[in-house]
Amino acid sequence: MPIRSRLNKSGKAEWDMERNKVLQNRFILSELIKKGIRLKYRRSYLGIIWSLLEPLLTMIVLTIVFGMLMGVHDRAFPVYILSGRLLYGFYSQSTTTALKSIRANSAMIKKVYVPKVLYPLSGVLYNFIIFLISLIVLAGVSAVLGVRPTMYLFQMLVPLFVLLLLSIGTGLILSTVGVFFRDMEYLWGVVLMLIMYTCAVFYLPEKLLNSRFGWVLKVNPLYCVISNFRSAIFGEWMNWKYLVYSFTFSIVSILIGALLFYKNEDKFILHI
Amino acid sequence: MGEPVIEVQNVSMKFNLSKEKVDSLKEYAIKFLKRELKYNEFWALQDVSFTLEKGDRLGILGLNGAGKSTLLKVIAGVFKPSAGSVMKKGVLAPLIELGAGFDPQYTGRENIYLYGAVLGYSRKFIDAKLQEIIDFSELEEFIDVPLKNYSSGMRARLGFAIATIVEPDILILDEILSVGDAKFRKKSEAKLMSLLERGVTVLFVSHNLEQVRRICNKALILEKGHIVQYGEAEEVIRIYEDMTK
Repeated sequence: MPIRSRLNKSGKAEWDMERNKVLQNRFILSELIKKGIRLKYRRSYLGIIWSLLEPLLTMIVLTIVFGMLMGVHDRAFPVYILSGRLLYGFYSQSTTTALKSIRANSAMIKKVYVPKVLYPLSGVLYNFIIFLISLIVLAGVSAVLGVRPTMYLFQMLVPLFVLLLLSIGTGLILSTVGVFFRDMEYLWGVVLMLIMYTCAVFYLPEKLLNSRFGWVLKVNPLYCVISNFRSAIFGEWMNWKYLVYSFTFSIVSILIGALLFYKNEDKFILHI
Repeated sequence: MGEPVIEVQNVSMKFNLSKEKVDSLKEYAIKFLKRELKYNEFWALQDVSFTLEKGDRLGILGLNGAGKSTLLKVIAGVFKPSAGSVMKKGVLAPLIELGAGFDPQYTGRENIYLYGAVLGYSRKFIDAKLQEIIDFSELEEFIDVPLKNYSSGMRARLGFAIATIVEPDILILDEILSVGDAKFRKKSEAKLMSLLERGVTVLFVSHNLEQVRRICNKALILEKGHIVQYGEAEEVIRIYEDMTK
């Protein structure tokens, strides 16, 4: 194999090529992220403002239904709902985007070679950026309702990081499965609903936690993430068990997802 | 002897053509349990080998379905061959289905960046060449319009302009000399000729034998995924003409 041997002679040339590849992939990833953000709100009059407005409106609806009508009269309850709703919303959006990412980019995949993992990855990352922007609305609502920031607030970086890992892991698994089975798009919608009801977005978890079905919440890594995030906002220490569990769950999902993805990515093109 | 730029070694490409496409979980489970998951194996390429040196211009001939486009896509890296290996050296510009990789919601300008990134250009390079791309494609007025409003000719023009703005080492041409109107065709041919003069290596699929004769120095004939003839262009084209008479 003359070509390869010639390249090996100068190790530096090879190293440069690898480095160039990494830089190039980073450029492609940033272009894909930009595309996701730009296209998400294109053609709507309010544009990116919707990423603030939508959770705010949902919060109002949920507060009316589950606060006023069902009788939770805590003044900070809207903050509680909004924080859960924002985190769940990101998880649901990012995983759904990743699930569809290979099919959505099929035109490009069929034409040029790009590391395919960039498609689900960019899907999760652009949703993460929109999500971070939408946290502004949480700060605003907290200020209005008198939830003052404390030193504990800095903890929130931890659950946010775990949440990103969890979304990447789930996204990788779903994007692979989604190529081979279109049904997954519908099935995942149902699973997401189950996840939402078992992560205490709009109810207080104590009653359920103290019943014999408490495990339903505790096995849900998203509940653990949301719970720790709320601790940061309301000035408490995180629950370490929750942190260890959700972090381990995320890492394992990334490992499984990466393995699944790389084992199957060469077959994608035959199915899209 | 020049240096080898492309080495295709014993490449085979297998497709599973299931008669009914199984793409739902339920179907898959049922078929799996009943052991009905049979595929019709179809070999689009079988044991294809050749080597091109710098400056070689290879014409790939064959009837529809002979495996020509599959071969190009294997070389471009879109398909991973079921067996064998492809080695290539240098910058590759694939002119396959021009404009098919664009995002219809995205404007022309945005697509230049996205598509340029995918083709391996750096941001700086695109910044520097942006105007040249726009000028060559003659799409100045439409460059900030979403691509879904472009005609297919406009899309092809943009695709051609982006892909040929680099000085590629390897150029993959799939029937593309017939895009656009007569004026643009002349312009794109002139551009290709100037690339050829610089010693670019070309893989060219066309049914237009005159074009192949004009451009290529080597040729091969594919039939049902096998190479049946490979050699000097003149000779192979003559054989092909006899075959298709």
